[in-house]
Amino acid sequence: MSALRTGAPAVTGLELDAAARGAVVAAAEAQRGRAGALLPVLQAVQAALGWVPAAAVPLVAEALNLSRAEVHGVLTFYHDFRRQPPAPHTLRLCRAEACQAVGAAALAAHAQQRLGCGFGGRSADGRFALEAVYCLGNCACGPALEFDGRLQSLASPLTLDALLAEAGS
Amino acid sequence: MNVRICVPREATAVSLGADAVTAAVQRAAAARGAGVDIVRTGSRGAFWLEPLVEVEVDGRRIAYGPVRAGDVPALFDAGFLHGGAHRLRLGPVDALDWLRRQQRLTTARLGVVDPLALDDYRAHGGLAGLECALELPPAVIVQTLIDSGLRGRGGAAFPAGIKWRTVLEAAGSRKYVVCNADEGDSGTFSDRLLMEGDPYALIEGMIIAGLAVGAAQGYIYLRSEYPAARAVLAAALRAAYAAGLLGADVLGSRRAFDLELRIGAGAYICGEETALLESLEGRRGQVRYRPPLPATHGLWGCPTVVNNVITLATVPWIFAHGAQAYADYGQGRSRGTLPLQLAGNVARGGLVELAFGITLDELLQDFGGGTRSGRPIRAVQVGGPLGAYWPASKLGTAVDYEAIAAAGGMLGHGGIVVFDDTVDLAAQARYAMEFCAFESCGKCTPCRIGSTRGVEVIDRLMAGDRPDFQQRLLRDLCQTLSDASLCALGGLTPLPVLSALEHFPGDFAPRPPGVTAAPMVRT
Repeated sequence: MSALRTGAPAVTGLELDAAARGAVVAAAEAQRGRAGALLPVLQAVQAALGWVPAAAVPLVAEALNLSRAEVHGVLTFYHDFRRQPPAPHTLRLCRAEACQAVGAAALAAHAQQRLGCGFGGRSADGRFALEAVYCLGNCACGPALEFDGRLQSLASPLTLDALLAEAGS
Repeated sequence: MNVRICVPREATAVSLGADAVTAAVQRAAAARGAGVDIVRTGSRGAFWLEPLVEVEVDGRRIAYGPVRAGDVPALFDAGFLHGGAHRLRLGPVDALDWLRRQQRLTTARLGVVDPLALDDYRAHGGLAGLECALELPPAVIVQTLIDSGLRGRGGAAFPAGIKWRTVLEAAGSRKYVVCNADEGDSGTFSDRLLMEGDPYALIEGMIIAGLAVGAAQGYIYLRSEYPAARAVLAAALRAAYAAGLLGADVLGSRRAFDLELRIGAGAYICGEETALLESLEGRRGQVRYRPPLPATHGLWGCPTVVNNVITLATVPWIFAHGAQAYADYGQGRSRGTLPLQLAGNVARGGLVELAFGITLDELLQDFGGGTRSGRPIRAVQVGGPLGAYWPASKLGTAVDYEAIAAAGGMLGHGGIVVFDDTVDLAAQARYAMEFCAFESCGKCTPCRIGSTRGVEVIDRLMAGDRPDFQQRLLRDLCQTLSDASLCALGGLTPLPVLSALEHFPGDFAPRPPGVTAAPMVRT
């Protein structure tokens, strides 16, 4: 999805300042002793920086004795890894069957209309990211959503509006 | 003496206010000078009653629920510390009909114990299975599991003991035990509840698996969407190491077993065991060709047991009570019990552990209480996103691997998603194809390309573009997907699609422009 359409900041992540570079190297150092360390390393980088900048790829590859292509391949395969800085607030809506059965589609339409963006996009002011998630394991109390990491059950357009208002939207 | 009060710390209960209820109980108790010990338990899985608060009175737990923080002062006024009457009082928890009629073996400790207290675990029968297994040679452990009839609860239902025997007999100096905790199927949460509410059962089961096959290293591969389970497991592993349950000398037996928690990164396909192994090894979660099977060439090419959470957490019960005791439950080739999950549009959603054999209808009416919306049930999807959509007329089918397969479905991980009469089965079929396209690992062509073609064909069908031809094309495409895909994602996506088409043909009638099924994945 293009940065223009989603309103995402046009950050490329091709350069890292000294602090970010230090964080990447430290993450790689801390995890490299584990067998099959690439996912834990990328997760540690994302935990430290909030995302995985493109410039982290060669550093991680170097630390783990992998090719850049291997690191890039893993980074782009998994839905969790962010390749742009996170928005201040993230709304994740469950769009899987159990939530569909209790109105997830209507909730999704409401969220898109309210934030003025599609899934994978951001609100015009860039403060809210809207993401789809396929099952939060909260399937008896749907629709389920996660706002800034907090799970909410029995979500409705009304409760969603309240959450967003609380966060200043 | 302080009154013991149990409030779940489980994710759903917390999302419904369990933390606020806990704080309110603390405040009210302090204000009244009442001594209370609040224990944060797992959830029993009666979600429509959450937050379910249990007060211990004369050694018996009295349940109140669903409790909101605002109810707490009134509960204190009603004397709930002594089991006093209140509109939220449900009575002794063990007398609740919904619980009493279950056969909880694997999930018996959920909501009962403090998930992280090892002494509590032991007091409720924990570690008895491991102590028994430590006395047995590997071949006898494996035979015990075979005799129990336990089959993999993750979905494939392969006999767990046969898998263990293959790993035991495989040559190799290094072997592994891997727990598949990538419970990605919509409508399922039994693994999550078990990990959050009784993590030592999983750890104990994995140690027994290690003893059985000669593995000294285990991994739990947990999906990232379960942060609460992650926190509980991480703490349980630390406590298990500290207590000598894990490490170089398991319970003083001179046998070693190390266990590491790994977190997934949001890929449904990693619930497929070979994709999971690829991911553990640090690569893209793409499925492997088989043979060879993971049992002989698994993690880093070594013989590997891969079982899901419920399978491994059932193992301690079998060793504590005997293989025959477990096999006495169930019917036919489906032995033991299955923690079923009632989800979607259901009045009393939650976890129902029962011996195989109950019909879907009994389950949905007696335990589920019909739909949450109060409208008639029109369809259920049994077995997750790759399971069939069934109309009410097929609900007489028994919960039994063979019976469900014979009726054209798949029991899978035991999740049952209920839909009322507002469901659009063409939209659901389209979603099944979309989901397959979204989560396909990309390794095999039928799944990678066929899923996208499937969405297009359904769109043309709905638009009334030569409907008979599109239906034939869709069936042909589904045949290709089921015959030629490498794994169950591509192989079983036709199941929801074709079952929807077969049982709800009217939903696939062409509709005017603008009312075609809306895309549900990535707009």
